[in-house]
Amino acid sequence: MTEKTTMTTQYLSEININIYTPSKRLGLMHHRSNCNINAGTSMQDVDVYSNKSNAKEEEMYDDENDPKTQFARNLVTPGTTISKEGEYLKGHGTFHHQGSLIASVSGVVDKVDKLVSVRAFHSRYQGEIGDIIVGRITQVAAKRWKVDCNARQDYILMLTAINLPGGIQRRRTSSDELQMRNFFVENDLIYAEVQAINGDGSVALHTRNQRYGKLMNGVLVSVPPALIKRSKQHAHTLDCGVDIILGVNGYIWIADSAQQQAQTQLIQRHEKDSYDQPLFVPPQVKQVSRESRQKIARVRNAIHILHTHYMLIHTRSIMEIYNMTLNMPLTDMLTPNKARQIITAVHTNIQERMGFKDDNEENDTDMISQFNHDTEMND
Amino acid sequence: MSKLSYISPEGLRIDGRRSNEIRRLNMRMGVLNRADGSSYYEQGNTKITVAIYGPHESTTQKSLFDRASIKCEFAMSSFSTSERKVKSRFDKTAYETSTLIKQAFESTVLTHLFPRSQIDIYVQVLQSDGGLKSAAINAVTLAMIDAGIPMRDYVCACSATFIEGSALMDLNHMEERSGGADLLLSIHPQLGGVISINMESKVPQEMFESVLDMALAGCKKIYYLLQEQVKKHSKDLMSNQLVG
Repeated sequence: MTEKTTMTTQYLSEININIYTPSKRLGLMHHRSNCNINAGTSMQDVDVYSNKSNAKEEEMYDDENDPKTQFARNLVTPGTTISKEGEYLKGHGTFHHQGSLIASVSGVVDKVDKLVSVRAFHSRYQGEIGDIIVGRITQVAAKRWKVDCNARQDYILMLTAINLPGGIQRRRTSSDELQMRNFFVENDLIYAEVQAINGDGSVALHTRNQRYGKLMNGVLVSVPPALIKRSKQHAHTLDCGVDIILGVNGYIWIADSAQQQAQTQLIQRHEKDSYDQPLFVPPQVKQVSRESRQKIARVRNAIHILHTHYMLIHTRSIMEIYNMTLNMPLTDMLTPNKARQIITAVHTNIQERMGFKDDNEENDTDMISQFNHDTEMND
Repeated sequence: MSKLSYISPEGLRIDGRRSNEIRRLNMRMGVLNRADGSSYYEQGNTKITVAIYGPHESTTQKSLFDRASIKCEFAMSSFSTSERKVKSRFDKTAYETSTLIKQAFESTVLTHLFPRSQIDIYVQVLQSDGGLKSAAINAVTLAMIDAGIPMRDYVCACSATFIEGSALMDLNHMEERSGGADLLLSIHPQLGGVISINMESKVPQEMFESVLDMALAGCKKIYYLLQEQVKKHSKDLMSNQLVG
């Protein structure tokens, strides 16, 4: 009996030592260079086969501050050991196995204080409360719609979570339930916000805002969700008169600004005067001029180029390409060679801007975060 | 017709390899636009494309409440073999291979993260020159990584056999037809677990061990090449986000 208790105390003390020794604690501080060295060494410990290639990489980029070096060090693939168990907290894209913390996806290691997560390049969207998304109705079910949001499951839009026409506040009755198809039917596109994430992992949406609701007469583009960053605003009117909604889930809605305004007015009038009749949008409201259609197509192609080259998508990057290609035929934008040239030009532009920035703030080394930060400020 | 010799006196095989060499690997990730993850994989003359969709809402009623279900479809193109043949609906070998892939990835993908979801794997053989099962598993691994689906480890597979007194690594079609003791091994190269091991003949233990060692060495070689490819692909993707 006594033996047993001593055994457990020993074991507990061992755990404590493992986690809380001062040297380890120092290692845990959010210290960029320190973390990188940690990741680098543990990587070498594990993969016996690629020792040689690692050495080569070290030689290739030996500048500590070069973002490429940092990237090469932070890059992991499934099965790569990141650290020992207990040193860090397990975040997305990692798991524990036999006392070590291991990456489960291929991507970049992200360390925030003690939390380690791995951001995959392509993955399905994972909802967070307050996210603004574009989705497609897949099913009309009892008191709810199922919405495809590029996530691992269809999200749910409850009948109680939509705005009734005219903004009336009342309980939803069984007659509302029977008229659900007057609001949304299968394959309708909607603009919504994540309301709640339920205990069983299902996600509820809501459209209780004048802005949200059905999307009509426009173009949908699908991109990897990782390319769209969360920001204050996701619905923009571009300078060229094109409305764009950058859904956090990677669905992007593009439409003509003037046409959309006319349409919204019509719908508002309809809701006020005759909300008990089904909505009819007359052809003259639906009409989009040839020039506007070309603008929409150009924006769509700009997004396509950003997508194929895996670059962040925001109003600034879209407009950069849009303005650059104004003299180019639309179809040319989609040829790989031209796309490549456009991207190279974008890079030189950004670099020039960076050079200008560097004079003002001297000690910024991480250009990626700088670029991202920069864009967020502008949004 | 004289008896075919599989190993020349110089120790070279029919296609000019030595006994412990794998065929040339040529692979690419992210080849299909609409799929969540995809890959193109060439091992010698064996050519395969894989498309992965998911994890997404279950399309069947049989969704699992605590983890994702994995569906796999393995299809041979009618032009993939030397004799053109019409695909039969219930192809036993195709069913066997798809089950093998399905089981390998059910034990590798962290399915508990996606309850009530489904992952679809579509394997299409474009050209068949032996080693289809192992090549398909390796190709699916690449596509899974491209799709960003969390996995414990890579799954690497390699075949080996014993012909004319020596163990051979990574068989082509001719060697597969020799009637030797074929072995298919798939492993977790980093965590060090065996996913599956198949051999359908009776052999002495020493012989089995030499074949097993050969297959294991092949798996490790393939793992090394797959990892290189994944890193290269990641760098290509990120190259545009990094300035300079």
